[in-house]
Amino acid sequence: MRHFFTLLRNELWKLLINPGTYIAAFLFLLIIGFFFQAILNEFAKNPQDESPSVTFFRLWFVPIFFMVPLLTMKSIAEERNSGTIETLMTTPITATEVILSKFFASYIYYLALWLFTGSFHVLFFTFARDPDLFDPYPIFGGYLYLAVSGTLFLSLGIFASSMTRSQLIAGIVAFSLVFAFIVLGSNLSEMTIILENPPLWVESLVEHADVMKHMLDFSSGVIDTRAFFLFGSCAAAFLFMSILMLEYREGAC
Amino acid sequence: MESPEYTIEVENLHKRYGKLQAVNGISFKVAKGEIVGFLGPNGAGKSTTMRILTGYSQATSGIARICGVAVACHPHEIKRRIGYMPENNPLPQELRVKEYLKWRAKLKEIPAKERKRRIEQVLQRCDLERAQNRIIGKLSKGFRQRVGIADAILANPEVIIMDEPTIGLDPHQVILIRDLISRLRGKMSVIISSHILPEIEMSCDQIIIINHGKIVGKGTPGELRQTFINFTTYELEMNGKPTDLSEALKQVAPDMKIENIAEPDDKGFSNVEIRIKGKRDYGEILFDRLANNPSLRVRSFKRKEAPLEEVFLAATRRSWETVESDLAQESPENSDTPKEVESEEERPVKVVG
Repeated sequence: MRHFFTLLRNELWKLLINPGTYIAAFLFLLIIGFFFQAILNEFAKNPQDESPSVTFFRLWFVPIFFMVPLLTMKSIAEERNSGTIETLMTTPITATEVILSKFFASYIYYLALWLFTGSFHVLFFTFARDPDLFDPYPIFGGYLYLAVSGTLFLSLGIFASSMTRSQLIAGIVAFSLVFAFIVLGSNLSEMTIILENPPLWVESLVEHADVMKHMLDFSSGVIDTRAFFLFGSCAAAFLFMSILMLEYREGAC
Repeated sequence: MESPEYTIEVENLHKRYGKLQAVNGISFKVAKGEIVGFLGPNGAGKSTTMRILTGYSQATSGIARICGVAVACHPHEIKRRIGYMPENNPLPQELRVKEYLKWRAKLKEIPAKERKRRIEQVLQRCDLERAQNRIIGKLSKGFRQRVGIADAILANPEVIIMDEPTIGLDPHQVILIRDLISRLRGKMSVIISSHILPEIEMSCDQIIIINHGKIVGKGTPGELRQTFINFTTYELEMNGKPTDLSEALKQVAPDMKIENIAEPDDKGFSNVEIRIKGKRDYGEILFDRLANNPSLRVRSFKRKEAPLEEVFLAATRRSWETVESDLAQESPENSDTPKEVESEEERPVKVVG
């Protein structure tokens, strides 16, 4: 792993010097800002059961849908398309180092983007001046959830990118995988009706795979370690598959 | 583990992409410090062979060794010993030249103390000092090509593999790169592929011609001419009637013919090419006859070396024409015993006039 930090630093440096990074971050914050503003509007019109911050985290999956594919689609596919993967893989580095550096670079960018949205809550609490509204735990829980689930979603994106040389295909595959995980995962319980008497383990499996439910837990301040396990293990599995894919296609060991 | 004699050894290498046999039983050896040129039409298997040597793609069967280390068994080990510049020279567009080389130096495990010196050295060697702070994506093709070469020689590897390094360069830069490659002679083994034949001839000790994934010719330029060129050409500048010349030629040898005759210049002298089948030396007698012929005035006379283009065309044509079985017999003979070809009949090139 001696080249991991060299690679990661280079990836981050490339993000820093690329104007696209800042434009994407600006637009992302603009969109999320509109969301937050709409939620506040709604909150001001009719009294709601939960604080605007909690409502904000209910919509977490909307930015994930477009953000994850955009962040990860170019990681391996672009290197492959431009041919730089060839110069990269003919130096004494391993596929593991390449995949992990790509993953962590996009993960750091992802975390940074979400971190900036934290300012919305700060602004809200400063101007609301209502101690009843102030409840930091759902916010911590929500951001922790975004950080933990990000590992899985970005690993899906990296995996999609490691399969192809076309960024477009990588983006579409990443979107489909993320969509499948979020939408199908949260609807698995409805699918168990095909089994007449679902055994207990099926029910618990379905419950654990429900990423929406995990978000509900986290954003109400309940930190559930089962979610860590779900996201951590799935992220590791997909990163491992990406490493295998890169080794298979680029012949490196 | 070290093999002192050969830095690159390839034995019976095969690579198959589905039904397509890209490399079909290639064997060759490159001695330490030797510069080898790969020639072949597009799609002949040059790039595939180079990629296998770098460990980037895997051979279907056969053995490739770099410094005695098998590529397939220790891909990591050999990657420390090679400098590779792929086809089309891919580079990250957004980095600056020096930045890129610094990063590559780290990846290539150059010790931190030496890194700066090594980078300055390659920048100077490749004449990149003026461009070191420019963004790669905004450089002209010649500069980018030199950045690729700088990267390949950066870590002072034992083996350098460059796929078409001089493509897209202007003549000045080509000379620079040729000098650069020549300076590596004796220190590193270099394999380059190119379409520019005179380029290869000038800088390479050994030429390997590949067609259809097979080696169709191998040896020094002289050896290749011996093998593939079955005629002798003389070039002369002469003032006189072509009919008189053909008469004179017939007296020397009946099958000697005028191949080509150019328009006479203002003094009435024209360039004439005379060709005779087989490798026969008629230089002295021909010169004598022409000089003593009263109706012909000869200003210069010399034996003309067949250009490498002719060798290349002859070698690749032969492999197109010959049937598969014929090739199977022929290629090991050509590829494994180049020394024999050399000793077949060594004829010194004679320059008279």
